[in-house]
Amino acid sequence: MGFTRFVEVGRVALINYGPDAGKLCTIIDMIDNNRVLVDGPREKTGIHRQVMTTKRLSLTDFVAKIPRNAKEKKIVAAWEDQGILAAWESTSWAKKLATKKRRASLSDFDRFKVMIAKKQKTEIVTKKLTEISA
Amino acid sequence: MPTKMRLFQVVGRKAPTPNDESPQIYRMKLFAPNEVNAKSRFWYFMHQMRKMKKTTGEILDVNEITEKNTNYVKNYGIWIKYNSRSGTHNMYREYRDVSLNAAIDTLYNDMAGRHRSRFQSIQIIRTATVKSSDCKRVTTTQFHDSKLKYPLPHRVVRPTTKQLRSKYLATRPSTHFN
Repeated sequence: MGFTRFVEVGRVALINYGPDAGKLCTIIDMIDNNRVLVDGPREKTGIHRQVMTTKRLSLTDFVAKIPRNAKEKKIVAAWEDQGILAAWESTSWAKKLATKKRRASLSDFDRFKVMIAKKQKTEIVTKKLTEISA
Repeated sequence: MPTKMRLFQVVGRKAPTPNDESPQIYRMKLFAPNEVNAKSRFWYFMHQMRKMKKTTGEILDVNEITEKNTNYVKNYGIWIKYNSRSGTHNMYREYRDVSLNAAIDTLYNDMAGRHRSRFQSIQIIRTATVKSSDCKRVTTTQFHDSKLKYPLPHRVVRPTTKQLRSKYLATRPSTHFN
């Protein structure tokens, strides 16, 4: 029961605070105890090369195989070879973030449709339950 | 990210007189928040080191020197002379950072925190980017491992935006995310 996610070169992290919250980034170098040098890559996630505090990062399970201080092209190549973006999208963490985002962006009509759909679902479930218990 | 301290190059000389038509020109690189302070610091140092002061001299040029490349981490070695409460000492300090200005910012804050020395008591003698093999301080050399990795233990969770802060939470927050 030790640590499995480390701050290391190539670690993919989710930014959890600040103007870039919700975006992925790759750690390309460690500056000191609290800060890391981070790059999107800009092509894939929109994050430019910058200094970021580790306080703002949530480490994911993915590590891109890149050398220290890799140029953006290398990071993009590693992301494509390892299919990091697709792998991330298929994790339940990413899916939960996506549903949260979707729910927050619903219009009133969408919320009405959700209400109706929920009602229909419970109708089917209770009908099945009564069938089984009877 | 804008830093408080910026590096300026100040060039000045004693004002020309009939005796001395073209006096020796001196150039100083110094750290100051802005050009006005840079010029002021120039006279402060020149007055200490040469027979020259603001009234008898003239500043020929002030230029800001910006960091060439902030896209990789460097080790900065900084030699300083500072006044403590009971004497004046030399010091060599190392900082890992992306730009010299940021390292100098950290230096002043660090000196204030560790030695209670303020801006006026510190004189920066020399700065240099130091090769990783030549670094002397453990706090910098510990980051020179090519396979460096460390976990983030005991993470204190912070809501994504200030608006999402709440005084009370339904459940105790988890601090282990590894």
